[in-house]
Amino acid sequence: MDWDALRIILALTLPLLGVLGILLARHWPNRREAVTLITASLLLLIVSSLLASVLGGARPTWTLGEIIPGIRVAFHVEPLGMLFATIATLLWPIASLYSIGYMRGNREGHQTRFYVFFALSIWATLGLAFSANLVTLFIFYEILTLSTYPLVTHKGDQAAQQGGRTYLGLLIATSIGLLLPAIVWTWALTGTTDFVPGGILAGTLEGPLLGLLLGLFMFGIGKAALMPLHRWLPAAMVAPTPVSALLHAVAVVKAGVFSILKVILYIFGIETLSGESWAEWLLYVASLTIILASLIALRQDNLKKRLAYSTVSQLAYVTLGAAILAPISAIGAAMHIAAHAFGKITLFFAAGAIYTAAHKTEISQLQGIGWRMPWTMGAFAIGALSMIGVPPAAGFLSKWYLLLGAFETDRILVVMVIILSTLLNAAYFLPILVRAFSPPDPAAPPAHHGEAPRPILIALTATATLTILLFFFHQIPLDLARAMVAD
Amino acid sequence: MITENLPALQVVLPLLGAPLCLLLGRGRGAWLLTTLIAWIGLAISLTLAWLVKDGEVIRYAFGDWPAPWGIELVVDRLSAYVLLMVSLIAALVIPYARRSVEREIPPEQQTLVFTLLLLCLAGLLGMTITGDAFNLFVLLEVSSLSTYALISLGKDRRALTAAYQYLIMGTIGATFFIIGVGLLYMMTGTLNMADLAQRIDPLEHSRTLRTAFAFITVGLALKLAMFPLHLWLPNAYTFAPSVVTAFLAATATKVALYAMIRFIYTVFGGGFSFTAMHLEWLLLPFAAAGVLIASVAAVFQQDVKRLLAYSSVAQIGYMMLGLGMASLTGLTASLLHIFNHAMMKGALFLALGAIIYRIGSSDLDELAGIARQMPLTMAAFVIGGLSLIGVPLTVGFLSKWYLILAAMERGWWPLVVLVLISSLIAVVYIWRVVESAYFRERPSGALVVSEAPISLLAPTWILVLANLYFGIDSSLTTGFGGAAARTLFGAG
Repeated sequence: MDWDALRIILALTLPLLGVLGILLARHWPNRREAVTLITASLLLLIVSSLLASVLGGARPTWTLGEIIPGIRVAFHVEPLGMLFATIATLLWPIASLYSIGYMRGNREGHQTRFYVFFALSIWATLGLAFSANLVTLFIFYEILTLSTYPLVTHKGDQAAQQGGRTYLGLLIATSIGLLLPAIVWTWALTGTTDFVPGGILAGTLEGPLLGLLLGLFMFGIGKAALMPLHRWLPAAMVAPTPVSALLHAVAVVKAGVFSILKVILYIFGIETLSGESWAEWLLYVASLTIILASLIALRQDNLKKRLAYSTVSQLAYVTLGAAILAPISAIGAAMHIAAHAFGKITLFFAAGAIYTAAHKTEISQLQGIGWRMPWTMGAFAIGALSMIGVPPAAGFLSKWYLLLGAFETDRILVVMVIILSTLLNAAYFLPILVRAFSPPDPAAPPAHHGEAPRPILIALTATATLTILLFFFHQIPLDLARAMVAD
Repeated sequence: MITENLPALQVVLPLLGAPLCLLLGRGRGAWLLTTLIAWIGLAISLTLAWLVKDGEVIRYAFGDWPAPWGIELVVDRLSAYVLLMVSLIAALVIPYARRSVEREIPPEQQTLVFTLLLLCLAGLLGMTITGDAFNLFVLLEVSSLSTYALISLGKDRRALTAAYQYLIMGTIGATFFIIGVGLLYMMTGTLNMADLAQRIDPLEHSRTLRTAFAFITVGLALKLAMFPLHLWLPNAYTFAPSVVTAFLAATATKVALYAMIRFIYTVFGGGFSFTAMHLEWLLLPFAAAGVLIASVAAVFQQDVKRLLAYSSVAQIGYMMLGLGMASLTGLTASLLHIFNHAMMKGALFLALGAIIYRIGSSDLDELAGIARQMPLTMAAFVIGGLSLIGVPLTVGFLSKWYLILAAMERGWWPLVVLVLISSLIAVVYIWRVVESAYFRERPSGALVVSEAPISLLAPTWILVLANLYFGIDSSLTTGFGGAAARTLFGAG
């Protein structure tokens, strides 16, 4: 057992130990939260050490076992997975801190259950990020769906049940109904499900059948929220805000687009797809999702709903980056996974802070709130700028690479889509800021709240800072993304 | 001496235990004896499986009368695999039975339950191990008759009509089967399966042989509740005592299916069954219809026991699909699902039985909010349900994997779609139970109950963990199932 494999094992057992610790400490809330924070910090340590190795060129692997002959549960840490795992583990301690402020500030019930399933979700995310083949990916994909379900339905009321139904229904229906047969089909065609640079499907399928398999994968990975299978994401907004922030802006949705990138790069292979006219549709579906979701976001008054549709649109950027089928745009897609993560979690944190401090959920109620909650709305502004793609926020970088890829492959349509969606992003984020920083409505009853509890403030300041830092110090993600296409 | 006679002991022990049980009368004695026999039976099954794991075949001449005149017991990988499944379920259900039976059955009939369970167990194990067609009929009747009696012991008076319904259908099935065996005997003069297989070969075009084939297939199809011959099953499962339902659902139909596979492949031969008789034309459409219709029917049930019963009919459809695909992968899928389905349905019915033990009902509305009072039991139910749906890391996933792969290899895309759709319907009916148990409030005036006692929880959770264990390390199931399928296919 070498040190590399040992670190994978550690990374994949630590969250489970955390679950155990949380359960043991369930009667002492402070100790329980300490367990979460310690687990999250230790995990960050292990993952960073893995990161250093991967940047140094190592590709740690570990095989857990064989489920059925030829089908292994195995892990292989490659640059893209490393990038995704780093983002998730970097944000977990911050989101945990935030959760503590949020769950206590709002006096939510069943907090032990909440932290248990939160840790389980992170565990599933790591397993998914490190998976070496489609079956392992599928296993953790499903665990992620199931372990987030109790978080989505946390409140346990009628609305939560309804939202949970849509959430589980869509995600399970697509994964079992489309993704599973796609995986079995791949297995039947090639006798393997391993992720191999350059793909494994070359020369096995062409024409409409290739397009069909691509469709099964792309829509089967429902977590990527390609339209028309995006409805679960707004439905998931019934969850407490920390869940929406870390899981439905980072872990779960990124697991979707991450899987899409993996499938296109390592199962199909850019070469196989780029000569195939039956695979072009993905470009149009992704473009359409970007534009339509932005248009819908424009019409939402509920802040979390607006953010959710913005996520749908931003996720489609990643899919678009993969669908352009140029290495440089794949880099853009990988960068966008990082950039969007930091920006969007900041936005959700801010939304949760507003809810905790002022109990407001609708954008129309936010008149002048920026003067009462300057830190929160300042962070919100940074997140929003990153979404629009204005430097010095991280969102600028990924758009840059996407545009480069589009120019390189002469896809003017994609260029137009990116420009149009940037305008739309501005159109639905800037009015929120304008409203927040305009003078308070004299007709409304005077508000007496200030900022949200301190843990919340620390968390959202941290993510906003990271959004800016990522712009200036983008070497690590960029190196990983380059290594991904170089492999 | 003991090792040599293990095949006989496997059947004889429960058979002799049954009257002993009756003699022991009231009190714990009967239960203790039954548990002991079930556990010894499991040990024997494990030993037998160990002995034949590399492909040896143990042939045991009963009473030293050599085959083909005497009755022969045959333990190969296939029969050892099914023996293991039946013994495992028995060894878990019977310890569970004591408290559950105390609650559901009047004291004077409790001994009877254990007697009948032992008889039924002897019948099922015997059907599996025997290499003699007539002997199979006898043991089929032993298990069936004890089953009718077991079902009629249900608390609800409707259990009597359910048992009667099953009695009529089951007897027709058994009669069909014995007519078929009689015809075979008329043609060949032998009842030994291996001997039959050899003598049948030259008779392929004989009309009598074809008639025999038809009678045997339909007879067994009735016993294994293949759609549309399943009508006895929902009532029988719903009104039988909880323990009986769990035991039957996990074992009885599968042993009948095992017998059918034996006849199709070992006796008649795959070539005759599928090339000459085109059995797949019969199996596939009915299996497909069964999968779909029974799944949809399950969605609309108000009683969770009946819901699971319809789900069983659909799951049997999966096994028939695998069989009907007449390919190695298909047969493997079918054999895998025999074992896997026993694990999931066993777990589900035991979990449900624990709930019935506490609240005395399996009505969906009565279950409302029960997860708060019985969290461990409901967690077991959820995992069993996930296995039924086919979520990865559970056994259900492996069954689905092989089944879909088999359909794809054949290029039968509609079947792929069918399997997937029915999995999604399973999500719907399992989630109806989950939502009721987790999201609704306890009905007003309902009893406040506590978690099920450990003697109910432990067997349930062992089965739940088996669902996970065999879903992660399937070397036992795919090893035995796959090897058995290859042997059958090679021979057929």
